[in-house]
Amino acid sequence: MATTTIAGQEVELNDDGFMTDPDQWSREIATEIAREAGIDPLTEKHWDVIEFCRRDAVEKGTPPGVRRITKNAGVSQKEIYALFPRGPGILAAKISGLTKPKSCI
Amino acid sequence: MADNGTGGASGDGETPRKVAIICSKGSLDMAYPGLILANAARMMGIEAVMFFTFWGMDVIHEKRVDKLHTGIVGNPAAHMPAMLAGLPGVEGLATKMMKKKIDELEIPSVRELIEMLDDAGAELYGCQMALDMMDIKEEDLLPQVREVISAMDFFDKAEGAQTIFI
Repeated sequence: MATTTIAGQEVELNDDGFMTDPDQWSREIATEIAREAGIDPLTEKHWDVIEFCRRDAVEKGTPPGVRRITKNAGVSQKEIYALFPRGPGILAAKISGLTKPKSCI
Repeated sequence: MADNGTGGASGDGETPRKVAIICSKGSLDMAYPGLILANAARMMGIEAVMFFTFWGMDVIHEKRVDKLHTGIVGNPAAHMPAMLAGLPGVEGLATKMMKKKIDELEIPSVRELIEMLDDAGAELYGCQMALDMMDIKEEDLLPQVREVISAMDFFDKAEGAQTIFI
């Protein structure tokens, strides 16, 4: 656990570098995390995924896996891998201010 | 910022991480582990190469992929007496039960998982020797299989990868 500053805001990160408190998240933080992960800029499709992840995490109490995202957020399997080439399973959650998903699919 | 969660890059941040998974079994319960591991790897940006050989050829066989069975004979984890497991119909029942559970948990079928892996950029290969041994033709295989290759070709493709044998 560590405190760091992203986009001028103080946030708590766990040992894997994921934010521990989704309420500390902002769109500016998402943009900054995405940039560090090689995604710049975040497109409308990225935001569709991010908004779904945040909404779903509140409803289900856990961040969604990739299959859940592709089934519900209007992006195909191919698209999500193009949107998050370094790994949609972790990056979608990380950019959304959530922890690492537990789902393997 | 800690970098462990950003996926595919190895510790040095340069070489991409890679897994090579050898799938040598053709039962339903042995097909899933390799496919799920490859999928999890792709989800975190790790390159995945899969090599299907021997009984694993059934997993990438167009006519057999939807008919994989759960192996229960000689499997202590089946939690039933060995004599019972061998009775006609028992394996079919076990397969049906497992498929029902898979559906309930919204786990994709083996065929769908293979399509997902291909879309995710995983590389699937068949084994030339197993193909010859089992009189399978290349056109009998699923379209997601990129190529039929030798074991030596596989080692070239698996260079630098963590290798898993199933």
